[in-house]
Amino acid sequence: MASSSVSTHPTKRPARLSQSAFAWILIAPAMLFIAVIVAWPLAETFRLSFTDTRIGPNYSYVGTENYQDLAESRKFKQTVSRTFYWMFLSVSLKLVLGLIGATLLNAAVPGRALFRILVLPPWVIPIAIGMIGWLWLYNGAFGLLSGVLQSLDIVDKSFEFLAYKRSAFYSAVVADVWVGVPMVTLFLLAAMQGVSRDLYEAAWVDGASRWYRFRRITIPQIMPVIVSMSLLSAIFTFNSFEIIWILTEGGPRSSTTTMIIDSYKTAFSSRKFGEGAARTIVIVCLLGLFSIAYLWVLNKVTKYYGTK
Amino acid sequence: MMDRYSLWQVIGIYIAMAMFLIFLLLPFFEMFMASLRPLEHLFRSPYQFWSDDFSFKAYSDMWETVPLLGRYIWNSIFISTAVTAITLVFVVPASYAYARLDFPFKNISLSIFLGVNMFTGAVLLIPLYRVMSTLGILNTYWAMIVPGVAFLIPTGIWLLRSYLEKIPVELEEAAFMDGASRMYTLRRVVLPLAVPGLVVVGIAVFIGAYAQQFLFAITFNQTREYQPLPAGLFEFIGYQSVTWNEMMAAALTGVLPVMIIFLFLQKYLVAGLTAGAVKE
Repeated sequence: MASSSVSTHPTKRPARLSQSAFAWILIAPAMLFIAVIVAWPLAETFRLSFTDTRIGPNYSYVGTENYQDLAESRKFKQTVSRTFYWMFLSVSLKLVLGLIGATLLNAAVPGRALFRILVLPPWVIPIAIGMIGWLWLYNGAFGLLSGVLQSLDIVDKSFEFLAYKRSAFYSAVVADVWVGVPMVTLFLLAAMQGVSRDLYEAAWVDGASRWYRFRRITIPQIMPVIVSMSLLSAIFTFNSFEIIWILTEGGPRSSTTTMIIDSYKTAFSSRKFGEGAARTIVIVCLLGLFSIAYLWVLNKVTKYYGTK
Repeated sequence: MMDRYSLWQVIGIYIAMAMFLIFLLLPFFEMFMASLRPLEHLFRSPYQFWSDDFSFKAYSDMWETVPLLGRYIWNSIFISTAVTAITLVFVVPASYAYARLDFPFKNISLSIFLGVNMFTGAVLLIPLYRVMSTLGILNTYWAMIVPGVAFLIPTGIWLLRSYLEKIPVELEEAAFMDGASRMYTLRRVVLPLAVPGLVVVGIAVFIGAYAQQFLFAITFNQTREYQPLPAGLFEFIGYQSVTWNEMMAAALTGVLPVMIIFLFLQKYLVAGLTAGAVKE
């Protein structure tokens, strides 16, 4: 394809590899690894989704029955809309908090180097360990949150955050936001620091207020990073498994069951591997649609703001 | 001049910062408080914020309740380090190809890699279990390392590619003109220049491996001696009672080594992310 420009040079050693051959030698190991560990299981899941596989070795192909069941199931529709609500809520909170956090960390005040370090822990530690902390915070009888609410007389007796449908859902959102905010904050901070100072100085000389500079310089300049962070967060949130699983296992009464929890429960708790596989395939298709939409939006944004 | 804040603005920034940090650090504070309380105090109601029976006893008792605790902490770090090293071996050549070379199916194959980024292991557990068992690596360290590597290769390629693109191409061209082979150029010219980038990508991969080992551990590994810390912590949930205070103490002690390493490395991480994020 493009090797012509290089290979026309008179080479001393004729045995030098062509560019494409060399490229594929470099990529092949990673490609093969992914093929065995991700692509093949994915293909296998696709096959399973057309079967009625359960725990035993015997199964038969049932065509698209699993998918038809999903399409007709009211419960599944609820799960899908709950997942999107969960994702929308969590991603918006992550972006808003991340933007606020990055702006604060970017402010030239003493101590900001320390603040930058203190933001890291939720991101760096294993998710499962952070969730043990949240589990205790949400505990009604012994947890800090319920204790504080009681001493402020907001609730009159202990409040179990994870025991009621609505509060369990929002508690899980908060924990998910907690896990995701540090990364968003750091990436947005990084983008803010990449914005040229000349722009700000020019605006400042013209008497533009700080808020005006933020709105008309910072935001447009870091827009591509905001867009890519929102997609990454959306994917992480959509896929987030350990957070919900450790806090509530999808309960109470399915109020925190997202699609990923639903497919895990169907496959592992109920041992309906075929039906679980069909749910996985639906998830994969949705994620695929997502990233196409993302690439499209990113393209528009990049063009609109004229950054490289 | 432009960066000057009025006194009230500075106070406002600090208050907002404090609220932001309280949210992010609250679970750690709660875990620390719980680890100081004697077990019978933990279940005392109504809630008491402060009392005089706080002690560090849990921090010494935990090693007896779960004798393998030290091993779990070590396993966690070992698994993540192995995942990082192996991932880099796959990622370095591949990202060099994407940064520098032109070849058929370049964009398609790159999108395939990035597509893998969209999954977590959670959706593929059933068939993955079969793959692990076919490879004969269930209940070994490899059962946790191999899937970790697979799901982190794409992130690594994505990050490292943007670094390598910034290394001036002239050096490679010079080596090339002198008749150096492609592999020699990559090893002796590009790699040494890419060390700062490798550090950042290494840190990012390590975080990913460290944060996500729980799921693979509880699904693919039954050998107690190989369990990483997040899975090992569940041993504090005994038949009779859960020693919550010791569990909290163990969790905090277990992540301490990694947190300390991060204290030293965070400068590179933030600087590296700056470079990576502005790029695209």
